[in-house]
Amino acid sequence: MSNFNSADIAAFKDVWVFCEQREGKLMPTDFELISKGRDLANELGVNLCGLLLGGEGIEAAAKELGGYGADKVYVCESPMLSVYNTDAYAKVICDVIEDLKPEAFLIGATNIGRDLAPRCAARLHTGLCADCTHLDIDVANYIQFLREASTLDVDGQKWDMADRNLKMTRPAFGGHLMATIICPRFRPCMATVRPGVMKKNPFDQAKADACVIEKPSFSLSEADVKTEVTEVVKAAKKLVDLIGADFIVSVGRGISKDVEGGIKLAEELAAELGGVVGGSRATIDSGWLSADHQVGQTGKTVHPKVYVALGISGAIQHKAGMQDSECIIAVNKNDTAPIFEIADYGICGDLFKVTPLLTEAIRAAKAAK
Amino acid sequence: MKIIVCVKQVPDTSGKVAVNPDGTLNRASMQTITNPDDMNAVEAALKLKDETGCKVIVVTMGPPPAASMLRELMAMGADEGVLVSAREFGGSDTYATSQILAAAIDTIGVEKDDVVMCGRQAIDGDTAQVGPQIAEKLGLPQVTYAADIHKDGENITVKRMLEDGYMTIKVQTPCLLTCIKELNNPRYMSIGGIYETYNKPLDTFDFDKLKDHKLIDPSTIGLKGSPTNIFKSFTPPQKGVGVMLEGSGKETCEELAAILIKKHII
Repeated sequence: MSNFNSADIAAFKDVWVFCEQREGKLMPTDFELISKGRDLANELGVNLCGLLLGGEGIEAAAKELGGYGADKVYVCESPMLSVYNTDAYAKVICDVIEDLKPEAFLIGATNIGRDLAPRCAARLHTGLCADCTHLDIDVANYIQFLREASTLDVDGQKWDMADRNLKMTRPAFGGHLMATIICPRFRPCMATVRPGVMKKNPFDQAKADACVIEKPSFSLSEADVKTEVTEVVKAAKKLVDLIGADFIVSVGRGISKDVEGGIKLAEELAAELGGVVGGSRATIDSGWLSADHQVGQTGKTVHPKVYVALGISGAIQHKAGMQDSECIIAVNKNDTAPIFEIADYGICGDLFKVTPLLTEAIRAAKAAK
Repeated sequence: MKIIVCVKQVPDTSGKVAVNPDGTLNRASMQTITNPDDMNAVEAALKLKDETGCKVIVVTMGPPPAASMLRELMAMGADEGVLVSAREFGGSDTYATSQILAAAIDTIGVEKDDVVMCGRQAIDGDTAQVGPQIAEKLGLPQVTYAADIHKDGENITVKRMLEDGYMTIKVQTPCLLTCIKELNNPRYMSIGGIYETYNKPLDTFDFDKLKDHKLIDPSTIGLKGSPTNIFKSFTPPQKGVGVMLEGSGKETCEELAAILIKKHII
């Protein structure tokens, strides 16, 4: 076992963000995490540092991270790091962390982040909280968050206002419960963070110019790597951008009697709104829509301006991915469907009849504006 | 060659979920199922068994009733079951859980040709952490999000899914793979399998059995050995009740469109 962590936790400083790149391009999640990491670093009064691994020349991408709030970016370049590989990435990251000792380490909960983070946490003998949707340091901020997002009686509880642990909140049991996790005895405290949840800061060129680039030393050899990536294939079809969409029209099991027809109606409404089509888990599991359309706990978390749920009953795991939408419109045949509990506007009716009428009504209302 | 598959019995969160007044899950009132991704891992192992005749061992950590799940998986075709169960293991987070499961797997023994398989994640926690953490503790290479698995001599070729495509990864055995639903459709128990399952070995690894393993230490297992702790758990508030519109005809849709325009939503 690593005796690294018998070390005094006060020796750990700074907030770090793992900045994932694919084909040399930073991922959108990097900017979200840097933005959130900036808040946490401010609350702790420490530096915010990006950690960027990639092939030769990846340094060129680093300064942009400064524009979203990074004080410094640690860059590790090697031909062996150009494409993600668990063994190589975990080796370099753990070595650099043992050397430089950050107190918190955030990683995007992408398919790669969720492969890498647990491997590193196990090696570093530290705690990791998966798929966080909210992060706090300051207890006052955390209490304010609980006031808005929980049913807890926060005033009836005792709080240690000086507590400096990272408080990592995530949904559990498919969103039925929320849990806030801490890692009080080990450092760095690690969290993977759900893509699309943290808000990106506006880009600031002056901060990007001021961002410091450092290249920590590390060793990496062929012997460290037991896997070989033989190809990386991009999906041929353009994937739907649910996270970036302002308008989402999602379909659920309610389209089962005419799947193609139901999807077509959703597409027409989405087109009228200038948005995209999503789906509940049932539509993905049944193969009606591809996995990139999935909204929910195991799919994407979205908060569009308008979310239209057509024939979606509103299982908690679906609600977990869309309940923060600014306006929710639900159409369902069953007036007791749980989706109506969170809908701003509900219509009880057959989606096959209501959807075309709604599309037409919106078209007419926009034209008359 | 043998395949060790890690499985978990989980509350069925796809149906109604009962929450106690104190915010914890009312497990007693809920159905349990074998975690869905783990079923894909079992099926992948059984497919390799069909091809190569290798042995398949299913391992779970949980309370004694989890043994019934192991019997079901043996009725599907797994050869042996191991239930890892002790009070000392309770309250473990993912780090401590992987520590215990790694000790159990190491006690079963991992040889050159062997493969450890897990589901990508369990539906009660959705962490996807235990698989990679077991791999680290056992010093095995890992491939997560496996959507296709081919064994070819000493190598296994895995199609590893990304959000925007996939990677093809060649990995040497022994290794650990985590499986996703795209991999296969799990088979059902067979009549013959149900008949045979009670004649198959089902071992229990309790604290005494594992306590001398180098990974097992009071400081690394159970609630006390877990690096993470639950600080608070809570239920999200119900959103304020919205408006249920009258009817479902043309006028209703026009009314809604008018509201959306008036409130500058569209």
